[in-house]
Amino acid sequence: MKNEMEIIFDAVSDNEGFARMAVAAFVARLNPTMEELADIKTAVSEAVTNSIIHGYENLYGYGKNIAAAAQGAIHQGKVKIHCILEKEILHIEVIDSGKGIENVEQAMEPLYTTKPELERSGMGFAFMEAFMDDLEVESILGQGTTVRMVKKMGVDGWIDNG
Amino acid sequence: MEQITTEDFRVIDNCLMIRLPEEIDHYGAGFICENADRYLMREEVQHVVFDFEKTRFMDSSGIGIIMGRYRKISCFGGRVYAIHVDRQIQRIFKLSGLNKIVEVLES
Repeated sequence: MKNEMEIIFDAVSDNEGFARMAVAAFVARLNPTMEELADIKTAVSEAVTNSIIHGYENLYGYGKNIAAAAQGAIHQGKVKIHCILEKEILHIEVIDSGKGIENVEQAMEPLYTTKPELERSGMGFAFMEAFMDDLEVESILGQGTTVRMVKKMGVDGWIDNG
Repeated sequence: MEQITTEDFRVIDNCLMIRLPEEIDHYGAGFICENADRYLMREEVQHVVFDFEKTRFMDSSGIGIIMGRYRKISCFGGRVYAIHVDRQIQRIFKLSGLNKIVEVLES
C-alpha cells in the first residue's frame, strides 16, 4: 500500500517541533520502534532547521534576534515536507526555496558550519546520514534546496557505534 | 509542552546544574545558551552539569549547546557532565564525538 502526505508551513523556528511530530505521526501506523521514531524525528528536525536558519536565514527565536523579528525581518518563505510511505520504506523530502547551498559537499562535512555564532555544531547532515538509510541533497543557488531521505522501517536498524 | 525557564538553572557549589527541557532543538537553544553563559561569567562556577531527566528528544542543536559551554569553561579547568542520559542521547553523544568531552555520570 502506498500512502502519501505533504505539509507546507512558515519557515520559522516555532515550527520545528510541529514538523518532526507530523512526520512521526504519519508513520505511527507502522508501529515503529522508539529508535526508529527518534531517528526520523532527529533527521527531520535537522533538515527543517537547516532550511529555516540557512535557507531563509530566519534567525529569530534564537534569543537575541527577537528584536529583528519585531521589525518584521522575517523571511516569508515556506518549507515543504513531502512523505511517501511505500510498504515499509519511508521517503521524506524537505524542500525550501531559500538561498541554496553553494558547495553541497562542503556543507555535508561533519563540523562544517557557516553559522558558528549561533553555536550550531555542524553535525546536521552527519546526523541525517547516520539516522537514515539514504540521504541526497540537491541545491541550486538562489533557488533552494531539496533534501531527500529514505528510511527502511521494521528492520531494527540499531547502529551500535560502541 | 513544558519549556525551559530560569528555574531550571541552579548553582550548587561550583557547579551549574541545567535541567534540560523535554525537547532540545534550535528553537529553545538560544535561551539555554544565554542563561548558561550568564552563570558562567561568575567566577565561582567552574563545571556544568546537564540533566537530561526530562529530555525525550535532542537534535544537533544540543551538541552545539554542550560544545559551546565546554569551550567556555575548559580553558579554566572546567568540566562538562551529563546525568540521566538515555540510550538515544547516549547514541547522539557517540555519533558526534561528544562522549570524549562529556563525562556521563550514572545516577
